[in-house]
Amino acid sequence: MSSQYKVIVGMGSCGIAAGAKKVYDSLQDTLNDGSAKLVIGGCMGMCFAEPLVEVAADGKRVIYGRLTSENAAEIIAKHIKTGQPVIESVIWSEGLDSADANYFNKQQRILLKNCGVVDPESIDSYMSHDGYKALEKALKTMTPEQVIKEVEISGLRGRGGGGFPTHIKWTLAGKSAGPDKYIICNADEGDPGAFMDRSVLESDPHRVMEGMLLAGYAIGASEGYFYARAEYPLAIKRLRMAIEQANQKGYLGKNILGTGFNFQLFIREGAGAFVCGEETALIMSIEGKRGMPRTRPPFPAEKGLWGKPTNINNVETYANVPAIIFHGGAYFAQYGTESSKGTKVFALAGKIARGGLIEVPMGITLNNVVFDIGGGLQGGGKLKAVQTGGPSGGCIPAELCDTPIDYDSLKKIGAIMGSGGLLIMDESACMVDVAKFFLTFTQDESCGKCTFCRAGTKQMLRILERISEGKGKSGDIELLEDLATKIVQGSLCGLGQSAPNPVLTTIKYFRHEYEAHINDKICPAKKCKAFISYEIDADKCKSCSKCAKGCPTKAITGAKKEPYVIDKAACIRCGLCMSACKFDAVLVTTGSGRGE
Amino acid sequence: MSQHESVNNGNSFPEIKEIVTKVSVNKTPAMMILQAIQFTYGYVAPEMLERVTELTGIPSSTLYSIVTFYAQFRLEPIGDNLIQVCHGTACHLAGAERITESMVMETGAQAGKTSEDRLFTVDKVACLGCCSMGPVITLNGEVHGYVTPEKVQKVIKERRECCVANGCKDHDHTAGKEATVSE
Ligand SMILES: Cc1cc2nc3c(=O)[nH]c(=O)nc-3n(C[C@H](O)[C@H](O)[C@H](O)COP(=O)(O)O)c2cc1C
Ligand code: FES
Repeated sequence: MSSQYKVIVGMGSCGIAAGAKKVYDSLQDTLNDGSAKLVIGGCMGMCFAEPLVEVAADGKRVIYGRLTSENAAEIIAKHIKTGQPVIESVIWSEGLDSADANYFNKQQRILLKNCGVVDPESIDSYMSHDGYKALEKALKTMTPEQVIKEVEISGLRGRGGGGFPTHIKWTLAGKSAGPDKYIICNADEGDPGAFMDRSVLESDPHRVMEGMLLAGYAIGASEGYFYARAEYPLAIKRLRMAIEQANQKGYLGKNILGTGFNFQLFIREGAGAFVCGEETALIMSIEGKRGMPRTRPPFPAEKGLWGKPTNINNVETYANVPAIIFHGGAYFAQYGTESSKGTKVFALAGKIARGGLIEVPMGITLNNVVFDIGGGLQGGGKLKAVQTGGPSGGCIPAELCDTPIDYDSLKKIGAIMGSGGLLIMDESACMVDVAKFFLTFTQDESCGKCTFCRAGTKQMLRILERISEGKGKSGDIELLEDLATKIVQGSLCGLGQSAPNPVLTTIKYFRHEYEAHINDKICPAKKCKAFISYEIDADKCKSCSKCAKGCPTKAITGAKKEPYVIDKAACIRCGLCMSACKFDAVLVTTGSGRGE
Repeated sequence: MSQHESVNNGNSFPEIKEIVTKVSVNKTPAMMILQAIQFTYGYVAPEMLERVTELTGIPSSTLYSIVTFYAQFRLEPIGDNLIQVCHGTACHLAGAERITESMVMETGAQAGKTSEDRLFTVDKVACLGCCSMGPVITLNGEVHGYVTPEKVQKVIKERRECCVANGCKDHDHTAGKEATVSE
């Protein structure tokens, strides 16, 4: 008897960007003979090997990767015909020893269990994976207090960056006087370089909604809002579908599951302001105003949206709740460390060999993540630093990457857990440039309310710019440190309070790089334009003229059979010639070896 | 008030009336109205704000405070093709600067601006959420990963040729919003 094959195409934004839609179309043509059921799935988390297709039968999963619209149909058809995996193209399958198997095997996927497995556009698919069972359990067998108690036992802390214990917020909001209370899901994900929330919303939207429903039941709210980044159109689209389907099935609306509990969900799109990820600014923005943070207390749990008690949590925080209620808080708490329980989702990006969306128990080390799961650095490069927490976080040097990933250990070394972006840097990253990058961002995104944040970040940026332009002075580093302390003290919200972190950690761990820029006029990573020169290695140049054609200032000249030459006076050091050259003939130099 | 009327005569931007009617059922419609206008017209012009004030009574100062605060709102129309170059952290490390430089060179549009021939608008944005595939750009809403200056040359040339040959205007800049999969 032939088993029923299910073929799942990973259709998160990353997958689609890598060509998943074309792969889907090609499979549709091949599989229309009924040999398998073709469905879409969300993000399987292996961005490094997109597009991905899973072939599932009898509970056995085989995931293929790096497919193209040309070879996908053939590989999948062969598998189905022979009943055997096409080993060369397998990225992961249980018990199979593929080159990339560790990427999956070393993870602990609880929250991401459904990602890439369920069809994000179908509530039935979610329900067939225990979907809305936790809600049913809570509504029918638990009191709101018992729900909060279970969350307390789990030890869940907010995944949006702050790490505040979730049950405390819920208790406070629960005790605030009703009847009008609100639930907000913070899906603003402003940290550039992080994509956990996007992937979860695109891949398993009902799980987040179920978490919000449970929160609503726990605190006594009957309305919830998603505040989602406008840059995430696919996530918003799938949320819309999910809300509609949940309304049809009676998981949203009036008298849910006949229990008398009412709840409705709405979506509000952000409009491109990082500060609106801060909870009080976010609330202002939902209210349709400029998103400016205000002082707390009163906390949103007392006085939030439209002045009513409001519970606000991050996407991932809510997404953890259904499993906590379904399996019990102790199930979640068995993972992780004493103070940081459970698992955490990370977005692994930068110069990593295997980047993507991962979930690991708290307490494993950064090195575990980078080398065991991520497979080391791209092109066999050397690890220089890991950046956590985005613009509010810090750069952790390679020497400290045996630090366990938990809230307190990361704090101790000057970084933060943040929301889950992990950026891996190799020797090509210049730490002054990285600091300048983040400061440019925070300076631009400061809402302007606090003087220190508004003017102070600008001053810090000016100093960093000066250093990277070769005009750094002795005393600049100390000045940066001094300003940093004052901005932290003089800012009302987390944006200003944490904006200096990337500068402070890079000074702390890479002070020599700052000194090289200031004193020796060298950029060791050969990044800062003021300190580098491009030249063409005459021996390697094949006179193909590609570099000259791509040069915006026409600074490169040459002739057939003669090596090309860069006019250094006209060169703006954009590096386009280096990208264009197929023969590695364009060299970049800094310091004394640098010919003027 | 009379000034408003002279600008609009109540007839220009007919879609705004629909938008206002549709969105006003919400508790705090100002921002959603403006977002819907931007979605419909691709930008928000001062006359459109006046029309909203006329229809809803929301003071134009409130509307201005919103459109100038949020980066998403544009006050000028965009070119026929909208390009977003991601300058998030991952893309920065992956060489986004070079991508923008070559984009500027190929399209003739400075970052944040529209080219003189009005074919291209090039924007720098922070993180499109496909960070493992940096550098990332979107072209009329479609996401492209692992972009190189060479790929930039190629896609811009294709777009330019297509738009010039067919006179195609108004690409669906929001293609991503409707990225539906055939079932
Ligand atoms: C400048 C700034 C940006 C923030 N951005 C986000 C964000 O994008 N997503 C998020 O969940 N929390 C963000 N936060 C944290 C929120 O203020 C809030 O703490 C969080 O949504 C609470 O949810 P949690 O307890 O589940 O973590 C940001 C905070 C600050 C100060
Ligand atoms: S940093 Fe470019 S997509 Fe995230």
